Amino acid sequence: MIGDPVRFVDERLNTASLVRKALRYVFPDHWSFMLGEIALYAFLVLVGTGIFLAFNYVPSDAETVYRGTYEPLRGTPMSEAYKSVVDLSLDVPAGLLIRQTHHWAANVFIAAIVLHLVRILFTGAFRKPREINYWIGLTMLAVAILEGFLGYSLIDDLLSGMGLAIAYSVALATPVIGADVALLIWGGEYPGATVFWDRIFTVHILILPLLLAGLISLHMLILTKQHHTQFPGPKRTERNVVGTPLWPGYALRSLGLLFATAGVLFLLGGLVQINPVWLWGPYEPYLSTNAAQPDWYLGWLIGGLRIMPPLEPVIGDYTLVGNAFFMGALFPLVAFGVLYLWPLIDRRWSGAGERHELLDRPRDNPRRSAALVAFLTWVAIPFVAGATDRVFYRLGVPYDLQIWAFRVLFVVGPFLAWLVARRIFEDLHDRDAHPLRGWTGRVVQRNARGGFETLGAYDGRTRGEGGAERDEATVAADVPAER
Amino acid sequence: MSGRLRDFLLARVATRVLRRLPDVEPAERPGEPGVPPPNIERELPSSAGAERAVLAALALATLAAAAFIVLYVAFPDTQLLGLSLGLSLVAFAVALVVAGKRVVPQETAVEEREDFGDAQRQEEVRAIVRRGGDGISRRRMLIGAAGAAGATIGAAALVPAASLGPRVGDRLRQSPWRPGRRVVDADGTPLTVGDIEIGGFRTGFPEGAKRDELGSPVIVVRLEEDEIELPEAQRAGMPSGVIAFSKICPHAGCAVSIYRHPLYEPTEPRPALVCPCHFSTFDVRRGGELLFGPAGRPLPRLPLSIGSEGELIADGEYTENYGPSWSGVRQERGET
Amino acid sequence: MSRARGILRRLRAPVAVVCGGVALASVAAPAPSPVPALSQAANERTALLAPTSDRAALLPEGRRLFVDACSSCHGEDARGIAGRAPSLRGVGELAADFYLRTNRMPLDAPDDQPTRHPSNALSTQQKRAIVAYIGTFGGPPIPEVHPERGSLPAGRRLFAERCAGCHQIVARGGQAPGAQIPDLEGVAPLDVAEAVDIGPYVMSRFRSLSDHEVDSIARYVAYAKDPEDHGGWGIGHIGPIPEGMVTWLLAAFALLLTIRIIGERTTR
Repeated sequence: MIGDPVRFVDERLNTASLVRKALRYVFPDHWSFMLGEIALYAFLVLVGTGIFLAFNYVPSDAETVYRGTYEPLRGTPMSEAYKSVVDLSLDVPAGLLIRQTHHWAANVFIAAIVLHLVRILFTGAFRKPREINYWIGLTMLAVAILEGFLGYSLIDDLLSGMGLAIAYSVALATPVIGADVALLIWGGEYPGATVFWDRIFTVHILILPLLLAGLISLHMLILTKQHHTQFPGPKRTERNVVGTPLWPGYALRSLGLLFATAGVLFLLGGLVQINPVWLWGPYEPYLSTNAAQPDWYLGWLIGGLRIMPPLEPVIGDYTLVGNAFFMGALFPLVAFGVLYLWPLIDRRWSGAGERHELLDRPRDNPRRSAALVAFLTWVAIPFVAGATDRVFYRLGVPYDLQIWAFRVLFVVGPFLAWLVARRIFEDLHDRDAHPLRGWTGRVVQRNARGGFETLGAYDGRTRGEGGAERDEATVAADVPAER
Repeated sequence: MSGRLRDFLLARVATRVLRRLPDVEPAERPGEPGVPPPNIERELPSSAGAERAVLAALALATLAAAAFIVLYVAFPDTQLLGLSLGLSLVAFAVALVVAGKRVVPQETAVEEREDFGDAQRQEEVRAIVRRGGDGISRRRMLIGAAGAAGATIGAAALVPAASLGPRVGDRLRQSPWRPGRRVVDADGTPLTVGDIEIGGFRTGFPEGAKRDELGSPVIVVRLEEDEIELPEAQRAGMPSGVIAFSKICPHAGCAVSIYRHPLYEPTEPRPALVCPCHFSTFDVRRGGELLFGPAGRPLPRLPLSIGSEGELIADGEYTENYGPSWSGVRQERGET
Repeated sequence: MSRARGILRRLRAPVAVVCGGVALASVAAPAPSPVPALSQAANERTALLAPTSDRAALLPEGRRLFVDACSSCHGEDARGIAGRAPSLRGVGELAADFYLRTNRMPLDAPDDQPTRHPSNALSTQQKRAIVAYIGTFGGPPIPEVHPERGSLPAGRRLFAERCAGCHQIVARGGQAPGAQIPDLEGVAPLDVAEAVDIGPYVMSRFRSLSDHEVDSIARYVAYAKDPEDHGGWGIGHIGPIPEGMVTWLLAAFALLLTIRIIGERTTR
């Protein structure tokens, strides 16, 4: 039976040898290599649910009055866009399930990309020959964040409108060209021309998804050319790859992950409410709500905007740049800039333009790992600062005190993190032990005068240099001597 | 029948034995296509239990998916739909994973990587490219001209982007407020001085203008006149202590919708207008000066006067450019 | 045994991620609040004094309790003490009912923000007496509120324009620098009617609202306590923060667990 399709295709496309090779393509065994697959499968869910949503959405700011089934909004003026999403959510069968699944999938998509990126960074998988694929992946993260923000904005509910107002302000605040760029994007002054809604709709459902799909294809094409990296282990060298062939083992496992991802997303989509837009109500520029937040992947920017001191450099009477630019645009640009340059920075440190197929464990390169911890701390501090208002609300820690603390932390935190992380990674590197196993400490003895004397110190760093053994010998020798 | 039974039993025994012995299969035998290539460690783990588990998971996936279809037609409740579809997908995932790990052969293969970066081939590429220019005398000039043409075509392709929107010009400075324009509420009713109570606020709009422009909405508050901490010269446009501020934060464009007004000031913070996005806090008594937060400019104020029937009327332009800041926001104010 | 350890070993990374997530979440979490005032406090929901209550009989005890519990800040003559607390002359039964019924008063220290409490040292009868006593200095009576007469959509629109900047569109509270803004999940319609008149602590006051407008806002507030959750579990109705936590702690955790299980060959 199976012979027929194989022959049918091969006699027409001459692909049997390619397929044969593909079926035996080897995937190295490590769970962390599947983080990127979660992102890929979340993307498939996004495309599938997105098509359904696009057919139910009206990209229009034309004003209408709600007369639907949801009582608290009845008689309220709103845009066609917002109304279409409320109707989709409350009156279209399975509409809310698919909208919520789409939103959860977006959150998970970006979370998986970030986890994947962190794994790549700490294991040195971005090194030669994979710099190009790393840059492609990084670009996908940036595009995914923009894509997520646009999806959040399309709805024209209270939260999305506030988010768009901030995005407009950040664009406007950009030095010199900002005002022109913002007016070009919005087709006029905020909230923008009617055509703005067609623009972001087109970008959200066509341009960026195509871009992502193209980049994903390229990413995977390069991956298949280069194979995965692998961790060091028995039989594993810089010139081979050891693992499970695609057919049958890996294909079934990976397909299982596809359905697991989709299953988790649909379960969340049906059971856990996300972005209940009927509760937020329609947006008007003169309305805002306390405790408004963007989706998690933009939390670092709202926190950054909050901790920024009220600086707006002026020369004479000329404002150079609006305040919102610094943490709304400059900060993410610098953060992505550092990430883009990372393979080059790492090469300067680690030297040698060799090909690396075996991964480092984070401890194997303490300097790289410590620098990454410092960088991630730098990004995480504003992210946490985005919750300052809720911390004040819940715990009563004064808001201005928190903001000052975060301003200081933003500058000092990365250095502290670097010092601590460097110490920890070097320690791990030297001992080659697990952080939570083994012990360090001193053996002390009380002497006749009531003081303490150190008999032996175990700092755990002396393995292989005879230090620990020497200390044990010292203990053994000294204890009887004291008596 | 008995033959099949025998085969089955043999297979079972074989798998049992093989499972106990982690076997490295022999190298590929010549003339036998389809046999795995060398360097493969192979194990056949399938058991009746594992296969039953896969069957059970597949049955569950089928049932749950069928339930989704029935529910969609009969009772499209979001939670039940999500539960049935999600469970179906998860059950299918379980079937695939169990099949992948406990039913099909488990293999660990070693594949050699190809070499990257062949210096000789690189040189061949360079040579081919170079030979494409054989016999051309003014090569540099041609390349330069082609580069110039390409760059100009690229620029020409980008220029139409400028038609996406208007140029800045005066657009960002022109609010709909004009001297004499009345302040109305969201329903279009004129606001009067009596509507504005001390400690309260109202949102106002220019009568007859669009409400969703950033230049439109104002937040109107009222102080005791002796509370105002401004020099006499700057007190114009605050009749009876009624003060109108732009409702749009000069930091990031959100609506300034918090009016913090102390009931008993000695033990409470002073009056302020606050934006709930990034909590820029503006001092009402000092004409909108910043108290705390990220805003780089004060909250713009709209001078008011009071009409014959107590209605509030705009008495000029905002004291600052309204809306979020841009390069030149101050200078452009200076010009007008 | 070794199998168990193997499972533990394989769970290490997901557990580490979850611990990190929990640490992060604890900052933003809608966790049980150590400030009971901001949680749903079960106050009395109806006025301490009805229009027909016999006030005269309560006055002697009211006077005595006022001197005991209130006069150290508000003065024996209820004219306030400069720098400590305001005069209560003219605030009326309205304000007295609001502060005592919701147990905002008495305060521990005059600088504290008065916040809602489920109970305090005063009994209901004692509070009634104090309300009656403060009423003798004049001022507005306890208002009547009829949320059932209000319009839900009108209430929602008014709430969005006047209240959401502080209390959040779904009335889950927030902050104005210097003040914690209470959620309105536990409040009675009467609290709403009294608060818009008083403007307690740093809240704006909205005395110009018509009775119908107050009824409508009270109706929306009552609705917002338990809004329509068509999407399933409401996760607190405060939007992206709990959504982000579900993303990381539920979805990412489940998927990390999945790849931890399926990522490697385990037989052999």
